[in-house]
Amino acid sequence: MTISDKAINRLRDVVYEPDLSGTRYRITGVAGHGGMGMVFEAEDTTLHRRVALKVIQPAEAFLDQNAFDRLLDEARILARLEHPGIVPVHDAGVLPDGNVFYTMKFVQGERLDVYAAGNSSVSDLLRVFQKLCDAVAFAHAQGIVHRDLKPENIMVGMFGEVLVMDWGVATILNGRREPAGTIVGTPEYMAPEQASGAVHEVDKRTDVFGLGAILQFLLSDKKVPRSLRAVAAKAKAASPAQRYGSAVEVAADIQRHLDGVPVEAYRENVIERSARIIANNRMAFALIAAYLLMRVLVFFLLNR
Amino acid sequence: MKHTGADTRIGGASGKFPATRRSAVLASSSPEPQERRQALEKIGAAYWKPVYKFIRMRWTLSNEDAKDLTQAFFARAIEKEYFKAYRVDKGSFRTFVRTCVTHFVVNESKYASRLKRGGATDRISLDDTAEPAGADLEEVFEKEWIRNLFELAVEDLRAVCVSRDKQCHFQIFERYDLQHTDSSYADLAAEFGIAVTDVTNYLAWCRREFRRLIMERIRQITANDEEFRREVGVVLGKKA
Repeated sequence: MTISDKAINRLRDVVYEPDLSGTRYRITGVAGHGGMGMVFEAEDTTLHRRVALKVIQPAEAFLDQNAFDRLLDEARILARLEHPGIVPVHDAGVLPDGNVFYTMKFVQGERLDVYAAGNSSVSDLLRVFQKLCDAVAFAHAQGIVHRDLKPENIMVGMFGEVLVMDWGVATILNGRREPAGTIVGTPEYMAPEQASGAVHEVDKRTDVFGLGAILQFLLSDKKVPRSLRAVAAKAKAASPAQRYGSAVEVAADIQRHLDGVPVEAYRENVIERSARIIANNRMAFALIAAYLLMRVLVFFLLNR
Repeated sequence: MKHTGADTRIGGASGKFPATRRSAVLASSSPEPQERRQALEKIGAAYWKPVYKFIRMRWTLSNEDAKDLTQAFFARAIEKEYFKAYRVDKGSFRTFVRTCVTHFVVNESKYASRLKRGGATDRISLDDTAEPAGADLEEVFEKEWIRNLFELAVEDLRAVCVSRDKQCHFQIFERYDLQHTDSSYADLAAEFGIAVTDVTNYLAWCRREFRRLIMERIRQITANDEEFRREVGVVLGKKA
């Protein structure tokens, strides 16, 4: 039999769409897709609110019998992470077709890469970055490492809130681990120990590398002092031992920069130190300069 | 909430299918004749129609000439073990097949040209080996390949329904998803003498089976997980 283009398009839709019959959700659109899952815009018909509904991509479900368990693990990890910087999970379950799903808050806003491409100032981007560090530090305190931090997985909401998304490859420290050789993540933002598949070496410093890569991305086309670039460089050092020990330490060094004190990641020379001190004390130096100028003028006037 | 940037990669060091899901692409170079024959049959089923259409359009041949050349291509591919040369790191198997077809037909045309000088007739002019203007033949090949996979999967579904005595399931699927009748679920329920919930359930079952079957077909003609994911994206279309 010959199948029309129209029939092919229809079959494509039915292959992708989860079977939500018998649930309180109704698909209203497609929000996006990541490495493992697909996220749909859906309506919660009971609570009359928009949610994001995540299921496993058909290809992943076909390849990996454990994919459904992994999605459920992701929902459980999110449920443990109640923090303003982490997208909250609402519900999870199994659909009539056997597919696992979970629903979460539908975040309205922009991805960090889109947000950064706008007219954001360096101080605004650093504020966003610090909120990101706070959320990641909270997850680490719960023993959870994200392992896939990248601008595409960070949302900046309409009211300036920052939310870390897509915990699909997150892992619980000292919990269940993938076998050695398993590589998850995104190459440009992946720490060397993660890229080499050395899962036993993955810890919170693996996320510190991701934070460093994100900071480097945010500053890439901005004119900033070397000390700030050094913070990004230290966070994404090849050796975990050379990096900051935690997301809290990264945020603290960013705060030092914002406070105008030397950052840990960079040893300044005399000129840079002087320039920083002057920049931090502009008013005092302006007053001293004005006073000295006045003294010079008085001196000349009296000796004319 | 789009995630369309650099994709997260998930995969092991080997990136191979589990042994129970042997790829026909890999099995086509198996030393075991039975396995090799079955694998080549699967590849032939997936590629005969797209290769035929490609040859016909690319060199503007008659129906019969295109069929003969397609048949000759697969016979030569089996005889000379063309598919053994495929390397998954160099691109998709689909692109490899298309390249093999082009080389095969060009060589055939050179041979035919020599015969012509000896008095025989030529089916393909060497001048015709240049790409015809205005036709994106790569797209034509891909489109026919996709259509053929859908057709094979629908036929697989029909066979599954017959073997499980679910002909009614297939008829409803055919009417609602393939033929686009204006009938509602209630109309179909009345026509087939079943409950509306049965229509919903039958359609859901058929769609689920169809998904599994088309994935099986794609799996057969890809060499590893990465190529499988890529080709699923091509066949089913990227969402979002």
